[in-house]
Amino acid sequence: MTTLWRRRNALGLILGALLIVAAPAGIEAEDNFIIVQSTTSTQNSGLFDHILPKFTEKTGIEVRIVAVGTGQALKNARNGDGDVVLVHAKPDEEKFVADGWGVKRHDVMYNDFVIVGPAADPAEIAGLKDADEAFKKIADAKAPFASRGDDSGTHKAELKLWEDAGVDAKSASGDWYLETGSGMGATLNTAVGKHAYTLTDRGTWLSFANKSDFKVLVEGDPKLFNQYGVILVNPKKHANVKAKEGQAFVDWLISKDGQAAIASYTIDGQQLFFPNAPRGS
Amino acid sequence: MLDPTIPLDGRGASLLANPPLPVELKGLSFEAGGKRVLDGVDLTIDTRGITAIMGPNGAGKSVLLRLMHGLIAPTSGEILWAGRRMDRTLARRQAMVFQRPVLLRRTAAANIWHALGLKGIVRSERSIRVGDALKLAGLESHAATPARVLSGGEQQRLCLARALSLEPDVLFLDEPTASLDPASTLAIERLLLDAQRRGIKVIIVTHDVGQARRLAQDVIFLHHGRVIEHQDADTFFECPQSEGARAFMRGGIVL
Amino acid sequence: MSDFIDAFNTALGLIVTLNPDLVEILVLSLKVSLFAVAIASVLGFAIGGALAVYNFPGRGAVSAVLSALMGLPPVVAGLFVYLLLSNVGPLGVLQLLYTPTAMIIAQVVLVTPIIGALTRQACRDLLEEYDEQLRSLGASSSAIVVTLLWDGRYRLITAVLAGFGRAIAEVGAVMIVGGNIDHVTRTMTTAIALETSKGNIALALALGIVLLTIALAVNAALMWVQRFAQRFAYA
Repeated sequence: MTTLWRRRNALGLILGALLIVAAPAGIEAEDNFIIVQSTTSTQNSGLFDHILPKFTEKTGIEVRIVAVGTGQALKNARNGDGDVVLVHAKPDEEKFVADGWGVKRHDVMYNDFVIVGPAADPAEIAGLKDADEAFKKIADAKAPFASRGDDSGTHKAELKLWEDAGVDAKSASGDWYLETGSGMGATLNTAVGKHAYTLTDRGTWLSFANKSDFKVLVEGDPKLFNQYGVILVNPKKHANVKAKEGQAFVDWLISKDGQAAIASYTIDGQQLFFPNAPRGS
Repeated sequence: MLDPTIPLDGRGASLLANPPLPVELKGLSFEAGGKRVLDGVDLTIDTRGITAIMGPNGAGKSVLLRLMHGLIAPTSGEILWAGRRMDRTLARRQAMVFQRPVLLRRTAAANIWHALGLKGIVRSERSIRVGDALKLAGLESHAATPARVLSGGEQQRLCLARALSLEPDVLFLDEPTASLDPASTLAIERLLLDAQRRGIKVIIVTHDVGQARRLAQDVIFLHHGRVIEHQDADTFFECPQSEGARAFMRGGIVL
Repeated sequence: MSDFIDAFNTALGLIVTLNPDLVEILVLSLKVSLFAVAIASVLGFAIGGALAVYNFPGRGAVSAVLSALMGLPPVVAGLFVYLLLSNVGPLGVLQLLYTPTAMIIAQVVLVTPIIGALTRQACRDLLEEYDEQLRSLGASSSAIVVTLLWDGRYRLITAVLAGFGRAIAEVGAVMIVGGNIDHVTRTMTTAIALETSKGNIALALALGIVLLTIALAVNAALMWVQRFAQRFAYA
């Protein structure tokens, strides 16, 4: 009998200890935070790790970033699963606001895309100043190309370039055109592994640690210009949106302080994002 | 180890059990898998002594026992205990020991404790009964031993002690010593005789003619699901009436 | 190759010096999975025990579904819980998406069938031996369930360890409902996925080594429990 009771007590103690240790995980404190739906490329660049602490220090509001593709970010925001959305697909952003899901769109910053590829450069695109010409040469050479394939801002920019080059890349999907359906980092990994060209934002490329022998082959074309916009999710559509705190974040991003924070983020001395919110915001 | 030479007494003035006799089986039949295992059994048991049920394998002895204990329901017919139909309340005043000892994965003492808990016995009373039961079975030194580690004989003694700790009116046993060594068999038999002396009605299925001779007051001989003979023990062993019983006693194979 | 060796050395360094990021991620992973397994165990034991003992129409179908759910892909569990917890979902009002609680819920969905099905099987096996004796002793169905659960405790511990192994190693469910938010819902598995995609092999490797160690420890515990149980005939 005593053995039985001792064992029962031991089990009870272990279970109790487990629950005590684990309980904090279940308790959602009344934290002051907002959820920002943003993109993987922005997160992978490391920008958020640099600028968010400054915002939290100033306002005491914690910013939680959910990094997914632009398409998903906007969809999530439409569902009300976020307070602010920060992506880089202007036409989609404007539609988002026009449809009533967002309050107002503000320009925040831009970075640029670059075309990277293996040092061997089979399509011979290094140094070209025209991005669609580079894409056309890749298609003609049937050189492997890794695409995001995930409805993200980067993906949409890439598709526009194929369109301008007059190439139907999708028809070669699985052949020389590889659609990874993944974030920028994973796509870069695939590109490097397959010696394929790919379109990437400069930020992610600079902070990517697995470059192998890849180089930036094409840059500077205005078509590779990548504009970011920030929008507060419309609290009238979803009552749970933290409008006050969300607006505080939007305001800060386009304010002198926020813009300076963005400009001060560098990797190896190179600035990644260029703030361009309209003056007087 | 229970010493078979020491007379069993000193258990204090426990009240004598009062089993609801006679037990009457009327037109009892049991069918399973298309086979008629028991075929219209009519029987009355009203002795206070030990009743032995014997017969060749497949005669329906185990099924008969289980019907009387309420573990299975008859296909037709009824069972009456002192005129009262067999039901759950009656079953709770009974206990059964199976051919192979069934013990839980706990200590010997814990097994008895658990059974008493099921009966709703209060904790203080449980302690006393567990101690008594272990002493009766000669297993006090094994109280904290994992029950399933005990030898076959010890396990069966424990099962019997557990059954007795419930203070049943009726005790069923299904060939309890079939695979035990002689010393364990003797110990079990002494416990059964002691139980009977305290008023418990013991009904035992046994293959062992010697055991039946030693224990039984009356014998029921079963064959092909029917009662062939029901006699007091002396008469049965002296001069079995039926051919089947005679063949069985001779040690022949009874088809 | 030398890249990997460098990464490996860096990884060991991170582990040995108890790098704070690593520790934070490890603690969150353990909290989520332990809490989830605790809840799943309570549910699983009850469901498994009841299915083994109580007879009701459709019992066979429910048991079959439970067994089938053992193979529920984590991403599917995550998707299901995500649809429930999303702001526009039926439980959206709870605002649980992107929280550790959501991750716990998703893992409970994933692990309960495992523990439930294994518990049911253990109880069925025990019932085969105990059924008649327990009914002879006058046990009610609920008393039988309790008896079987305690008597099968070693097999149940095995089931719980199996459930934990599944929880701590999965990435699909926690990724979808947790959002892999830094310092909030980033677990070992989601961190490995992220760091690998950033090319941060060192941190990913460090986390991978820790995860592997945990998996090995769980399996070692499993073997020890089984051996211990056999020695005492499950006493």
